[in-house]
Amino acid sequence: MSPTSSTPTTKVMFGDLHAGDALPELAYPVTATTIVLGALAARDWRPMHHDYDFAVHRNGTRDIFMNTPNQAAWFERFLTDWSGPTGRLGRMKFRMKGSVFPGDTMVLTGVVEQVETDDAGCGWATVLVRLTVDGDLKTDCTARIALPTTDADNPWTRRGDQWKP
Amino acid sequence: MSDLPPEVEKLIDQVQYEEAGEFPVERGYIYTSCSSTENGNPLFWDDAIAQEITDGPIAPPTMISVWFRPHQWSPGRTEPAVPLQSHFDLKEIFELPEAVMTDNTIVFHEPVRPGDRLRTRQILRSVSAPKTTKLGTGRFWVIEVEYLNQRDDLVGVESYTGFGYRRGEA
Repeated sequence: MSPTSSTPTTKVMFGDLHAGDALPELAYPVTATTIVLGALAARDWRPMHHDYDFAVHRNGTRDIFMNTPNQAAWFERFLTDWSGPTGRLGRMKFRMKGSVFPGDTMVLTGVVEQVETDDAGCGWATVLVRLTVDGDLKTDCTARIALPTTDADNPWTRRGDQWKP
Repeated sequence: MSDLPPEVEKLIDQVQYEEAGEFPVERGYIYTSCSSTENGNPLFWDDAIAQEITDGPIAPPTMISVWFRPHQWSPGRTEPAVPLQSHFDLKEIFELPEAVMTDNTIVFHEPVRPGDRLRTRQILRSVSAPKTTKLGTGRFWVIEVEYLNQRDDLVGVESYTGFGYRRGEA
């Protein structure tokens, strides 16, 4: 089990952020259960995420591997562990360069690349996230996450033209 | 000049597979997803906090694709159903037996809530010329999936880049 830092009291404010700020690192030992549980939670029944023989002999990979939606879920957990529940994801783009297998320890790191306020007054942080195994980049992700600009601001209340992800 | 067969060319930018999710958004899957990533965000575990911040329970935004993935089997179905049918159509058209997803972009709009019934539609945006990678030789394609709720609010747009390939030709 990994430590979870997201608590009701975690609340990163937009005004406290600066480009270059680092997010707390998350290291997680991946098992076959991690891969299978993640695939089934995502309703992804494709065999390369639970069937060793299929993954090795059909896909040509060395083992079953983490599926795309579960990687997205790990990135979300990593980001909101940092931001707290008032952080609202607007956009996430990621590119998978290699697979994550049982036995890997995946390490997620993140850096704030940019902070900006849009013309609706919403405060945004662009965060670059890297998922690595033994130092090798497996997936990189760029996420845009809205954060409160004041104690009274809540990005989740934004609708229509007030929400520009 | 495009090398795409006419049957693929005519699919570019066309809406395909407008479908309703097979079940409403429900909390069991939300808990299972959060459990799979040990995600302790109280929005998904504490109703009082969800009420205060998001006006009631919501699903993790990145679960968006969960709500349109079909059951592996249901009455009357003789073949396993597949999500993102456009992707499998392209594998078949180009006779590429293997495929992987390489890029994924998700834009999140209205929050998804338990009880929502989502509808989706798939749009093929592009197909590359033949490429050779370490996996094999094939083509890249980009498919967008739009998600709407029962009030026709846009809840998200997902863009997948897939690589369909044949092994052993790298």
